[in-house]
Amino acid sequence: MGDAIEKVSIIISKGSLEGVYPGLIMANGARAEGIEANLFFTFFGLDAIHAKRLSHIKVAAVGNPGMHMASLLGVLPGMSAIATHMMSRKMETFDIPGIPEFMEMIADTGCGMYACKASVELFGFTKDDFISQVQDIITVGEFYEKAAGGEIIFT
Amino acid sequence: MSVETIAGVTLEVNDEGFLVDPSRWNEDVAVELARREGIDPLSERHWEVIRFMRSEYEAKGAGPSVRMLGKTSGVPIKELYELFPKGPAKLAAKIAGIPKPRGCI
Repeated sequence: MGDAIEKVSIIISKGSLEGVYPGLIMANGARAEGIEANLFFTFFGLDAIHAKRLSHIKVAAVGNPGMHMASLLGVLPGMSAIATHMMSRKMETFDIPGIPEFMEMIADTGCGMYACKASVELFGFTKDDFISQVQDIITVGEFYEKAAGGEIIFT
Repeated sequence: MSVETIAGVTLEVNDEGFLVDPSRWNEDVAVELARREGIDPLSERHWEVIRFMRSEYEAKGAGPSVRMLGKTSGVPIKELYELFPKGPAKLAAKIAGIPKPRGCI
């Protein structure tokens, strides 16, 4: 088992539901396998740790071919909310938690959670804007230090 | 697949070390399996989780995910990871002699 993965650092850079979940599932799944894991939130991915925004993360209804729906319909008011609601209900039946619960759960597994300093400054956020599970705001250099010796996954 | 003698019982285990036949399990086997995973001795809290895994398996045919374990076993997720640092659902299932839970969450 010399080739077994022992550590992963996962970057979440998108703020849509479909942009956030894969990274969360991979981080949580890593911990469930006993693999050390870190999450690094950058750019719009910061919404996933923003205390006021993480409950409102939505599926992209426009420009998303995976929706199998004309983009013209996606622009209708409330379409993104409807799609998100349907997706969330379906996820719950498959034991996938909502983002706020998932973030809390992942932190409880011992996964590290960090915000990207450049993005935090760009958006004018402070540490107080984020959920308490976020350990620190770090530079890209510090991220590489934390990621040393493991795999890096960009989402 | 290989055959091993664990706590005096001859048992078939798969490549990952999970028992092939959960009905051959007993508490002495659990103690030995835990010891091999670096958990020695098993505390009362460990036993709570192990017994819960067994009863879930017997009732549903599969062990619970970590999320379900945290919600229903009475042991919160943080503590589950303290008890079973190499993955609570996976490790507790192995020690409980049931198949590895296959959920993604």
